[in-house]
Amino acid sequence: MAQVTVPVARPGSHRLRRARSRVPIWHMLWVVLGALFFLVPIYSVVEFSLQGILPGQNVFHWYLTVFDDPNFRSAFWLSVQISLETVAASLVLMVPTVFWVHLRLPGLRPVMDLVSVLPFVVPPIVLIVGLAPFIKSLSIWLFVRPEVLSLIYVVFALPFMYRALDAGLRAIDLQTLTEAAESLGASLPRTLVRVIIPNLRAAIIGGSLLAVAISMGEFTVASLMGFNTFSVYTFDIGMSTAYEGVALTFVSFLLVWGIMLALYLLGRGGAGAAAVAITDEKK
Amino acid sequence: MLPFVAFITMFLLIPTGEIIVGAFRTVNGAFTLSNIDDIFHAPYPAAFEFSVELSALSALIGGIFGFLLANAILHHGVPRWIRPAYISFSGMAANFAGVPLAFAYGATLGSLGVITVLLKHLGLNIYPAFSLQGLFGAALVYAYFQFPLMILLMVPVIEGLRTEWRESASNLGAGAFTFWRHIGLPIITPSLLGLMVLLFGNALSAYATAEALGISNLVTIDIAQLVDGNMTLNPQAAYALALGMIVIIIVTITIYSLLQRRTSRWLR
Repeated sequence: MAQVTVPVARPGSHRLRRARSRVPIWHMLWVVLGALFFLVPIYSVVEFSLQGILPGQNVFHWYLTVFDDPNFRSAFWLSVQISLETVAASLVLMVPTVFWVHLRLPGLRPVMDLVSVLPFVVPPIVLIVGLAPFIKSLSIWLFVRPEVLSLIYVVFALPFMYRALDAGLRAIDLQTLTEAAESLGASLPRTLVRVIIPNLRAAIIGGSLLAVAISMGEFTVASLMGFNTFSVYTFDIGMSTAYEGVALTFVSFLLVWGIMLALYLLGRGGAGAAAVAITDEKK
Repeated sequence: MLPFVAFITMFLLIPTGEIIVGAFRTVNGAFTLSNIDDIFHAPYPAAFEFSVELSALSALIGGIFGFLLANAILHHGVPRWIRPAYISFSGMAANFAGVPLAFAYGATLGSLGVITVLLKHLGLNIYPAFSLQGLFGAALVYAYFQFPLMILLMVPVIEGLRTEWRESASNLGAGAFTFWRHIGLPIITPSLLGLMVLLFGNALSAYATAEALGISNLVTIDIAQLVDGNMTLNPQAAYALALGMIVIIIVTITIYSLLQRRTSRWLR
């Protein structure tokens, strides 16, 4: 009986065990624990968002309630609008700048590297303490318009936009392309638009996706400056109805996941670029 | 180039300057040290202390487990598909911070959270000993973005440990343990510490997560309370606190770059 239930003492089992300890048990244990750490909160979010529903109500009651709320819609669209403005503004600002630095001022690249890390280093809450009064003194008109958020998010997106564009420009033979275009009679702006930008498509899309992710999730500045964006709405609704807040949490999760997936599909080591990514601004 | 310089000046340099100048000024613009002095009086020292403790603990947890995980997924015995899966998921999780993260943990380990309730059914009541606003609870929440960030930053470092070193060690009879004790860890320690310092700074600047968790005694929360509304409540104290954070961050970055310099001796 004992032999049947405990079939350990078979010949060669010792060797077998040694071979198995080469498949690293400890490493596998960490891998499993890490996966649990990642997945349990996500599972809980889904589970929680489906709770507290009265009989006869839709399973996705909380999601439907939130999506139906006109305040949610306006907050969400405000965030979408701000995101698009952020992308547009950072591209207009950064593409010509990085292009020019690479082409004519390569000596400035270390300076650019340094400057572009600064927004990552200065916490948003600290930046806004100094920035808000300054903008207010500059122009009350701007201070109360949502466009001001886009301008501030350009700062937050700068490290990622810069890095994406810098890597993109490094990967192409900028000098040759520019000289070729110039010898065919193209002006520098025309070269930038017709030759360089098409070659930077992946970098531009990558940087833009990260800028969208930052703008969609940013809470600190939006809430302190009194704008009702997606994340501010999520916060407020979560404080009054936990279920709806958690339902929106899952929506944000899908949003971040979608953007990261897009970056990943874009190749170019999306995950790596995303690594340091948005954390700093969103927390 | 000019627009860029103008933009950086307006949105980055002037604000920082305003903080530094503002920290030493009264509302009327006269020079004073009383704002700075305020930092050293209640409730701010406690807030700084909790900020530092929380950041340090979450950096420690995230750092150690991130290192173990990075090492685990790079091990040749671990199934191949795990590595890209982990790395892309980490990219996602490192960015899943802020309000949604706090709510996710509320749904998990809050007083009515799914896991809390599950444990209660199993006869284990984690409340009131545990709370998401406490040091350990909050550090656990922070770990959700610290830990994956560490994995992402640590993978290239471990990959930088050259295979020749491993092989030489193994040829001389060293097992995995001996390799790590005498070669791996000594080489990696500076960058391990450096990255943990980076995680520390990362946690220190967190505001949204803490606010949505309901933590009250944190520097970032205090700053937000001072500037809330129309940014006029008590800007002077906010300047001083912000300056305090800038000082901590400058120290952090200095330590980081010193450690990074040591790292580059062995690892590219």
